[in-house]
Amino acid sequence: MENYNLFFAALFQLAQLLLVVLAAPLLTGWVNQCQAWLQNRSGAGVLQPYRVLRKLFHKDAVIAHNASWLFRVTPYIVFGCMWLAAAIIPIIAVDLPFSQAADVIALVGVFALARMFIALAAMDIGTSFGSLGARREMLVSFLAEPALLMVLFTASMISHSTQLPRIVEALAHHQFVLYPSLAFAALAFVIVLLAENARIPVDNPSTHLELTMIHEAMILEYSARHLALIEWASSLKLFAYMSIGIALFLPQGIAEMGHWAGLPLAIVILLLKLMLAGAGLALLETVTAKMRIFRAPEFLGTAFLLAVLGLLIHFLLGA
Amino acid sequence: MQIPYTLQFINLLAAMLLLVAFAMLSQRRILSLINLFAWQGALLALSTFIVAYSTNQHHLYYSAALTLVLKVMLLPWLLHRLIRRLNVRWDVETLINIPTTMLVGIALVIFAFNLAAPITQLAEGITRGLIGIALACVLLSLLMMLTRRKAVSQVVAFLSLENGLFFAATSATQGMPLVVELGIALDVLVATFIFGIFFFQIRETFDSLDITHMEKLKDD
Repeated sequence: MENYNLFFAALFQLAQLLLVVLAAPLLTGWVNQCQAWLQNRSGAGVLQPYRVLRKLFHKDAVIAHNASWLFRVTPYIVFGCMWLAAAIIPIIAVDLPFSQAADVIALVGVFALARMFIALAAMDIGTSFGSLGARREMLVSFLAEPALLMVLFTASMISHSTQLPRIVEALAHHQFVLYPSLAFAALAFVIVLLAENARIPVDNPSTHLELTMIHEAMILEYSARHLALIEWASSLKLFAYMSIGIALFLPQGIAEMGHWAGLPLAIVILLLKLMLAGAGLALLETVTAKMRIFRAPEFLGTAFLLAVLGLLIHFLLGA
Repeated sequence: MQIPYTLQFINLLAAMLLLVAFAMLSQRRILSLINLFAWQGALLALSTFIVAYSTNQHHLYYSAALTLVLKVMLLPWLLHRLIRRLNVRWDVETLINIPTTMLVGIALVIFAFNLAAPITQLAEGITRGLIGIALACVLLSLLMMLTRRKAVSQVVAFLSLENGLFFAATSATQGMPLVVELGIALDVLVATFIFGIFFFQIRETFDSLDITHMEKLKDD
């Protein structure tokens, strides 16, 4: 029985890994498509990111003469980090072998590792845009990370564990309770998601205007398969962040421990949630304007404030 | 122990009240400030209504209705009219910059929670955990009065301070007698009228609603 369970757990871990890596560009495509609809454009279709990836993989890579090995390995490291992060999060089922290996703090660490490498690679090449983008990215992330940690701590306090599967168990599979603290944390998390995924109020993913770009400035020198991997990693990151959001704030529907029959249903529910979340993100990006980079600290300060308030309210109300 | 849903909902409303207090603290525009004040009133009315429902006290229904009419409709309407007449839609000037104000706000919330902890132990009733939040709302409104330079936003802060006190009253003591509440409601209404008249006087004298001008009133 034990071996049998282990085998199934491994199988579903594999299924989740494949699902995530294949579905991540679809999510990006969906967000872009929703945005196009909202802006009265016809859009390129939800499959456009796959076409872009295929095109990029077929091209020859151009690398600057003064690029070191760091520049070349970064896309692989970033992609690997994001894939690993997506494997840790309980996306379709709670009881996965990978998620035992790392808790939420390690998860934040994995994101930080990817960010550090991409910033170093951007500086490595020596162009002014690269270092500008890297500095801005570090500014944004150094403000977003504490807010993200506070959000995760609030959820950990409620469920008495920093393991994401335990958090999901505590929140989803017990009696329904309204958590005001989690409402605050959710608001803070949305802000962090926008900032960390280079979405509109902080960064604009679809522009190469030098004054505003953050993420695009860092990857300006990448081409072909390297660029494809980085784009793919960005999609994975968005997918991972949305999955964390779902796991923390809307965990109903994730398959329970040892409850493998619920898996097809869990996948359907997950897709529905992601579609909703993607449409919401597109709406949010359409109705807000990009803010000046100097307003970003204030914006992320709000996220930190909300997360701290959530934590305080948890202490006071016990909920 | 499973807490009843009504209490959970009141807790949520209390948390949102605190959020609105912070939003007001960070707001730069007078118009949005007044809208937030109306939202605060709406939350207050809803929470009073729920307390009334869960404790089965009929006079609280009246005070909820009173809050709804007075603080969600009448006062914001009056204030809107006032700023239209005074033509003061420019950005609110704060004395300390907003991120610092926010940090001070967090410190105040922690202080209020600590202060309320012993009171919470003594208090009875279903909503005793909310005193800390009410106190935090009051302190945040005070902070807003201190950090704003324009008279209109100070008055909005004063009114939201009253909201915090009202929330403390309903959550801690399950409402004051109706006579007292009517009296307070009338007081607030009259105060707003008087403030309105003051605004015009201040503007006529100084050509501005910036209260720093009033420091020059000393006769020397």
